[in-house]
Amino acid sequence: MRRFVVRRLAAAVGVLFVISVLTFLIFQTIPNGDPALRIGGRLATAQEIAQIRHEWGFDRPIYVQYFRTMEKIFNGTVVSYTQGVNVLDQIRHGLPATLSLAVGAGFIWLMLGILFGVITAIKAGRFADRALTVLAFIGVSSPPFFLGALVIYYLGYKAGVVPLGGYVPLGQDPAQWFSHLIAPWLVLSVLFIGIYSRVLRSTLLDTLGEDYVRTARAKGISERRVLARHVLRNSLIPIISLWGLDFAQIIGGGAILTESVFSLHGVGQFAAESIGRLDLPPILVVTMLTAFAVVLLSAVVDILYAVLDPRIRLSG
Amino acid sequence: MAIDSGTKATGTEFSSEIPVELLGESGKLAAGAGPYRLAWRRLRRNRAALAFGGLFLLILLLCLLAPVYAHDIAHTGPDDNHITETVKVGGKVRDVVNAIGLPIGPTWHSRFFLGADSNGRDVAVRLLYGGRNSLEVGTVATLITMVLATIIGVLAGYSRGLVDGLLTRALDVIWAYPVVILGVALGAILAVSGIDLGIVKVRGSSLMVPAVVIGIVYVPYVAKPIRGQVLGLREREFIDAARVQGQSSLRIMFSELLPNVGSTVIVFVPLMLANAVLLEAGLSYLGAGVQPPNPSWGTMISDGISSIPAAIHLVLVPGIMLVLAVLSINVFGDGVRDALDPRAKIRIGR
Amino acid sequence: MSERLLEVESLQVSFVTDEGTVQAVDEVSFALGSGEVLAIVGESGCGKSVTAMTLMGLTRLPNARCSGSAKLRGEELLTAPERRMREIRGGEIAMIFQDPMSALNPVQRVGDQIVEQIRAHEEIAKGPALARAIAAMDRVGIPRAAERARAFPHEFSGGMRQRVMIAMALSSSPSLLIADEPTTALDVTIQAQILHEIGRLRAETNAGVILVTHDLGVVADIADRIVVMYAGRIVEQGSLDELFYDPQHPYTWGLLGSIARVDRERPPRLPTIAGQPPSLVSPPRGCHFRPRCPHEFARCTEVPPLESRLAEAPEHRDRCWLSPQEKRAKRVVDGQIGLAGGTTVVA
Repeated sequence: MRRFVVRRLAAAVGVLFVISVLTFLIFQTIPNGDPALRIGGRLATAQEIAQIRHEWGFDRPIYVQYFRTMEKIFNGTVVSYTQGVNVLDQIRHGLPATLSLAVGAGFIWLMLGILFGVITAIKAGRFADRALTVLAFIGVSSPPFFLGALVIYYLGYKAGVVPLGGYVPLGQDPAQWFSHLIAPWLVLSVLFIGIYSRVLRSTLLDTLGEDYVRTARAKGISERRVLARHVLRNSLIPIISLWGLDFAQIIGGGAILTESVFSLHGVGQFAAESIGRLDLPPILVVTMLTAFAVVLLSAVVDILYAVLDPRIRLSG
Repeated sequence: MAIDSGTKATGTEFSSEIPVELLGESGKLAAGAGPYRLAWRRLRRNRAALAFGGLFLLILLLCLLAPVYAHDIAHTGPDDNHITETVKVGGKVRDVVNAIGLPIGPTWHSRFFLGADSNGRDVAVRLLYGGRNSLEVGTVATLITMVLATIIGVLAGYSRGLVDGLLTRALDVIWAYPVVILGVALGAILAVSGIDLGIVKVRGSSLMVPAVVIGIVYVPYVAKPIRGQVLGLREREFIDAARVQGQSSLRIMFSELLPNVGSTVIVFVPLMLANAVLLEAGLSYLGAGVQPPNPSWGTMISDGISSIPAAIHLVLVPGIMLVLAVLSINVFGDGVRDALDPRAKIRIGR
Repeated sequence: MSERLLEVESLQVSFVTDEGTVQAVDEVSFALGSGEVLAIVGESGCGKSVTAMTLMGLTRLPNARCSGSAKLRGEELLTAPERRMREIRGGEIAMIFQDPMSALNPVQRVGDQIVEQIRAHEEIAKGPALARAIAAMDRVGIPRAAERARAFPHEFSGGMRQRVMIAMALSSSPSLLIADEPTTALDVTIQAQILHEIGRLRAETNAGVILVTHDLGVVADIADRIVVMYAGRIVEQGSLDELFYDPQHPYTWGLLGSIARVDRERPPRLPTIAGQPPSLVSPPRGCHFRPRCPHEFARCTEVPPLESRLAEAPEHRDRCWLSPQEKRAKRVVDGQIGLAGGTTVVA
């Protein structure tokens, strides 16, 4: 097990390095044009461009540029161009909102997905199954910012039951934190609940036919224990692994779109606003850090999977 | 739950010899029918899939007819500004955009059928032109994804060794970037610099920029399953036979492996089209996709959101159209997947 | 026969399916004493596994219908409340399954799986239960049992996994052990070890054993009595010697003829029985074996009763209309017992 963890983490570190190089290359050496011009964006003056060129070392060899860039990112001195604010400070500032959104939504969709999946597996009712199918299709077909806009308009402006957006830190006022996040949570989690319920349902039905479930019944333990300890527990392993990967992806995907429409002022909205101003340094940093987060989370998920399912360790 | 386990336990013991999926409509063995004909038969019986497939064709047709609608019915273009003009609705003359900047809602008449936006442009016309752009970006992106992913998948799976190792690592790295953030990063840069590959030059505001970005971002999602399938296929006898006959690797990849991953490729096409159209909307919403004033469903929703709560029709019209289009592709695509691979483990519908 | 442990009388089990009602078990009766080994033999789908599962109360499904009687030490199993069945299941009756790979939960340590069985039937703390589990594993010949109890099923070989299953079954000292194809998924050498293990434990614990198998060869060393089933019905039953040396039913001849035997010269071709078992939704009228039987005659469209047709062996029963003299004449093929007219495969 320890060897597996070490190997998996070593692989992750390798991927992190490649990602840092690739991100750097995307931003610095995509053909056509001066990287300083790209970082400066459309609005920069000639004098500013010259300054960028010197600051980022664009007059130096490429590996020097790479190390200069990494150095700037890790000692936190990257400055957003058009706004002149420190990028890492902005990210640190936006992180609580982004994490509150992603963790809460992830929790809701996992819990409701498990609940609905178990219910539809036990009671093979046509109606509930149809309803989940429809929900699953809507989930994979809807952009979160459209759903978010509908919620803000109908539940916010019209009905007045949810705030019109904004974020209140948890430490400042937990009740307000909750009420400002409930709508974004639902919008983001609704994209996954249907799919998760259906995946879990089909996994549960497959597991019910397994020989070891028959063995468990033959032991004379209660049906409830058979379902909880053998059927549900084994079926949850792939679901949780799937959840880990989706959760990592959501931080750099659905969460950005959702927090922008709800003005949560998280990392995603910071990135989105930077795009609006064509201000590249924040985009570079956010892109690299979210990719880092995905790599590290996937490693954690793999290790967790190996803890839960010992068969994985052999092949891993 | 008990019912399911029961039929399973007894079902294995008394199952009939002929798998159900080999039986045609009449229940007779469909002798000599190829896999695609069998799939087509199964698809034909899936009414939901056909209905939504029809809906998608209808949307596609409407969008392709955008110039006809603009010219002959609405008498305006997608970017034409009518901000100071008036329109007659039910005998009353109303401003297209009123004194406080509020655009007119749906008139349900030939002019401003679905209302105007805050620049006084005809929403219905922009919806159709925007749909054309969204679907064009989606289609080109899907083509790019499928071609690249098939080449990479087949090449990696067939060659194994170093080539496979490098390609797989590369896919893993791209995979690690969340699609939206990678799309945003590439889209934002290319919107500034454009694409210049020597022969091909694309301006930053071109539709091809988001199409290429989306196409590349999704390559690992298709290439990995194809590689996996090829890894399995290359151990089979017919590949050995081809090799023994002295066929070249290129020929084996093209004439032996490619036809065998065909059904996987087909299954992915609608799925990728749906995802590409959705990602276009997401990128455009964030400003890294289709560049204004060019309309697309994503940019229209984005414009509409900034005018909430005054003119919700600016969100509803493109949003509903987008969801309907993506939904119809997804339901139809799920039917295709069902038909081609009835034993697929994870499906959305049925 | 020693103490009557299990008495099954006119057991019928049917399942309602989409295609129709499946009569899986039809008029099955047999008895078993403590310390005895009864083999139920037949092709897959003949109802032998369903019979075993019914004794465990594991066929109590909404679409299943049961009638008749199955008494364990005089206690009716078919109508016992579910609570009581749970005590019996894994307590008085334990079961071993065919494929030991899939029969153990892949993500739980084998020790914990045995402990779960023990604690389902006794108020006992985890520590002592684990000690008992380790002792049980030791008893069935698993080396370094204390250490292996912490391992997962995929870390065991097939034979060792089946020993784990046996240890689990024995951990609560059952009076009846049902082994459903316990050796089918194993190598031939391991098969013999597992059968030997079952036989030894039967002798040590005096438990009754029902051995369900499709392979008459497997039962030759261990069974006291044999029940041959075909398409849901018993076609012949009797002692081991009676069945092996004086088989009465053509289906039994076919089974005996298809055993590859090491004590005889290898036949040029290994015989099999032609055709497939019938559909249990619409079985043939009369004798179920009729469509595959080369000795079929007019009377076979009536169901032959299961009765003794030999004066010297009142416990040897069969379901065939042929007279004992005809049977003796017809069952000899190439100088050995077999079913004439069957197809043969090149061995």
